[in-house]
Amino acid sequence: MPAIYTILIINKSGGLMFDRDFLPGISKTNGNDTLRLASIWHSVNAISTQLSPMPNCLGIELLQADTFDLHCFQALTGIKFLAMTEPQTPDVANLLRYTIYDLYADYALKNPFYEVDQRIKCELFDNHLNYTITGLHRRWGHPV
Amino acid sequence: MSLARLNIVDRPLPKGKSEVSLSAFAFLFSELVQYCLANVKSTGELESRLESVGVGVGLRLLELLCQRERASKRDIRLLDALKFVSTTLWKYLFGHQARDLEHSTTAPDEYMINDYDLFVNKYISLPKDYASLNCAAFVAGIVRGALDGAGFPSRVTAHFVPVQGQAKPKTVILVKFDASVMKREERLPS
Repeated sequence: MPAIYTILIINKSGGLMFDRDFLPGISKTNGNDTLRLASIWHSVNAISTQLSPMPNCLGIELLQADTFDLHCFQALTGIKFLAMTEPQTPDVANLLRYTIYDLYADYALKNPFYEVDQRIKCELFDNHLNYTITGLHRRWGHPV
Repeated sequence: MSLARLNIVDRPLPKGKSEVSLSAFAFLFSELVQYCLANVKSTGELESRLESVGVGVGLRLLELLCQRERASKRDIRLLDALKFVSTTLWKYLFGHQARDLEHSTTAPDEYMINDYDLFVNKYISLPKDYASLNCAAFVAGIVRGALDGAGFPSRVTAHFVPVQGQAKPKTVILVKFDASVMKREERLPS
């Protein structure tokens, strides 16, 4: 069954701005580990652009493992949106690029109390993201 | 003579395009709030700063709308002035009339303009230290400016009021008129 487990947002210097788990029963990483993972991913992504044999490589977009897929979308400002999903979950790239990026641009950047590159603590952003992901899960037949 | 070559005071007041980009407004308003936030000590101080920015807007809008939509007619009775604010001014600002205009049952000099989703608050999530802030203080300022210019000095504040069965609270713009206004109103024939 397709599923989205976790959404992460990483700022342009590798700091974690946002993390949220969406399904119960997945193994949790603690806060410090998530921070570390975020900065490791940032570095690995940067190295991958150097390693690429082709010019103009934008970094890793999809990492596939036996038990999960990791999708990454990097915006022009250097912010990365990451989604850990069940393998073969459809349309995650578009979800990150159009839906979640939009929500970030609307409810974080237009909020006068949000400071750029700091952790996102915006109630409206949380609510809308939850609503979006829960809607997808419901459509995929998860008990909500 | 073509319109463009007419002196600016001889040209008709243009209707103009009445819609602007919501995103552009949201970014501008966000900057305005951040500007007002600098060195602010309390929520009340922030609200009064936002309000004072709105007053200038309200004064100018009163002039403009009276010229453009009312053929230079300006209301001199209290209820008419309030109706002008909650219909004509509201329509110009928000594209719709205010949800309702209420007279307070406890204080005769207090009126309330109620509305649900004012777009000034559309993208704003309040942090814990400013939990009681309502950025519609800016709109309250516009209302005060418009009423002040029309000769109805008043104190205007914006509040969130939770509504049963609704996820979002409604915004109430509370208008408390100056004692002099109420006295004058009593003298006038009803």
